[in-house]
Amino acid sequence: MNNGSEKTIDIVKKGLGRRYRVEKRFRLYGVLAITISLLFLALLFASIIARGHSAFRQTFVKLSVELAEAEFDLNDLGRADYQGLIKKTLREEFPQVKSRSDKKDLYSLVSSGAAFRLHNLVTDNPSLIGETVEIWVPADDDVDMYYKGYISREVPEEDRRLKDNQLAWLDRWQAEGKIVKRFNTIFFTGGDSREPELAGILSAFTGSMLTLVITLALSFPIGVAAAVYLEEFAPRNRWIDTVEVNINNLAAVPSIIFGLLGLAVFINFFGVPRSSPLVGGLVLTLMTLPIIIIASRASLQSVPPSIREAALGIGASRMQTVSHHVLPLALPGMLTGTIIGMGRALGETAPLLMIGMVAFIVDIPQGFTDPATALPVQIYLWADSPERAFVEKTSAAILVLLAFLIVMNLLAVILRNRFERRW
Amino acid sequence: MTASYEKYDREHRGTVGRVEVASPRMKCRNVNVYYGEKKAINDVTIDIARNEVIAMIGPSGCGKSTFLRCLNRMNDTIDTCRMEGEIFLDELNIYDKGIDVVQLRAQVGMVFQKPNPFPKSIYDNVAYGPKIHGLAGTRVELDEIVEESLKKAGLWDEVKDSLDQPGTSLSGGQQQRLCIARTIAVSPEVILMDEPCSALDPIATAKIEDLIDELREHYTIAIVTHSMQQAARVSQRTAYFHLGDLIEVGDTKHIFTNPSHRLTEDYITGRFG
Repeated sequence: MNNGSEKTIDIVKKGLGRRYRVEKRFRLYGVLAITISLLFLALLFASIIARGHSAFRQTFVKLSVELAEAEFDLNDLGRADYQGLIKKTLREEFPQVKSRSDKKDLYSLVSSGAAFRLHNLVTDNPSLIGETVEIWVPADDDVDMYYKGYISREVPEEDRRLKDNQLAWLDRWQAEGKIVKRFNTIFFTGGDSREPELAGILSAFTGSMLTLVITLALSFPIGVAAAVYLEEFAPRNRWIDTVEVNINNLAAVPSIIFGLLGLAVFINFFGVPRSSPLVGGLVLTLMTLPIIIIASRASLQSVPPSIREAALGIGASRMQTVSHHVLPLALPGMLTGTIIGMGRALGETAPLLMIGMVAFIVDIPQGFTDPATALPVQIYLWADSPERAFVEKTSAAILVLLAFLIVMNLLAVILRNRFERRW
Repeated sequence: MTASYEKYDREHRGTVGRVEVASPRMKCRNVNVYYGEKKAINDVTIDIARNEVIAMIGPSGCGKSTFLRCLNRMNDTIDTCRMEGEIFLDELNIYDKGIDVVQLRAQVGMVFQKPNPFPKSIYDNVAYGPKIHGLAGTRVELDEIVEESLKKAGLWDEVKDSLDQPGTSLSGGQQQRLCIARTIAVSPEVILMDEPCSALDPIATAKIEDLIDELREHYTIAIVTHSMQQAARVSQRTAYFHLGDLIEVGDTKHIFTNPSHRLTEDYITGRFG
């Protein structure tokens, strides 16, 4: 009650201004929070792209190699001295280079991968023997860095990765149009390498892919089945409660523990091949399962009970109720959980270190039992490498990982929207 | 009002009125239902006659819905729910060990309080029951069942051109009639209705009530309702529940004009409820 002169409406009016101010301030905080998080995200992307974009281009040098017949044994083309041919070509380009150290400087301008390129060219087209072929070979990583602007001529010679004489040779090549920057296909088609200019992401990418296939193939069905049993069929008793609590706890276990478990159980006890996508997938399955089970259960709980009653009421069995009505309605939510789980699995490094997927893998894995590594592990390995050129490779690999993640999520969102139904 | 003539007073808990009928469709004997420790239904004995509509009325929480759900064992899905006593459907004890609830629910269908069509097309909603029970051998037969069920539910003329539309796109009253069509598509003997009109407007309610009257020809119907007018309009017999006890059963006319129990009288005259 008030003193009569003041009506309720006046009191309400007095408070209105303050109430609106509070609301306005609260909205402002929200907008501020979103802006800040977007800003950080933009910063992150900008820095990664700024560092990584140059890795998608690579410097190539054009060499005219004379494939003299004398050099080749026609029955065994693979045994010719391709490295020698490249060196010979380089010497002929610059006849004035005589001293041993100068020669070494000259040879180091092109990548050691040049010989492989020549080898592949000749074995694919043996008819070229006897002719002089023009071949673009990748330049050494230092040359590549120079053309990408990471090595400055201003720096005194002794502190520079390229010496004055090397720069002079490069200048001549450039004047002759023998140096070109092109799209870096090696990065997308090669495996890891000690030479940055030959290092590629494909082996890690394939490793991640194979690992995720195993993870998805195991964790989705097992997770959904576990969730359906717990939610729809399990009796409510202490035993089931314990199971539930433990599943929830598993979701919070540090992932390296799963790695240790995988090492002890899968590799040492069951003898699954070390470093293989198979064991990686198994370990990541253990890690993803609780996430998928928890999300799937939440999604099953959100299916209105009236749907279950409707189905049971016309005589559907429990199994039919679940598979015909509940599961289709819960599937979008389950897929969301699976995306989150798979996203985590894709970005996981620690458990993979424990099971040997940190190995230096040059070959692209051909199956689930081949030695492999994964994208995040590759990023970790490259980030650890001393060569300047690996800095951009690291960022580029992060970009590939992000792209992989985005494509995966996009696919799942599309899939989810197709299943999504209202009730 | 003089409280002198033959009326059972408020403390009387035994069932008053005509409990048994000749050749009943369903017979319930000494039914007790517990939720955990709590007793929800106390020693209910009642017959449900063939081709009658029996209304179950009573204040909220009196156990009428619980009792209704015993009749097709829907309470089985609730873990803490326990039932004692016997319920017979045509001389068959539905709580016998050998009884398959799936088969039972095909014979005793149920319509729920809130319209709950499946998020599927109108056709699939009605066809689902016959499909899972294998009632239709061919697509043509299935079409016939769907059409006939929708006709019986008085929905055919409204939806015959939009059978592929989702059932959830219909209005509330239409949805409820769709649910009734879905129930009768498996040709049950008994239809249980748990407050089928509580979520509907008066016009939709009137339609459902007319429908119930027509369905009585082929089915036995047990309906739980909060509306005494509805009970009076659609039912031939009425059962009044009070705090888990079945207080009074009798002809609807009798119950609403001259109840034998004090509690029934209190309820229908609006003294509580």
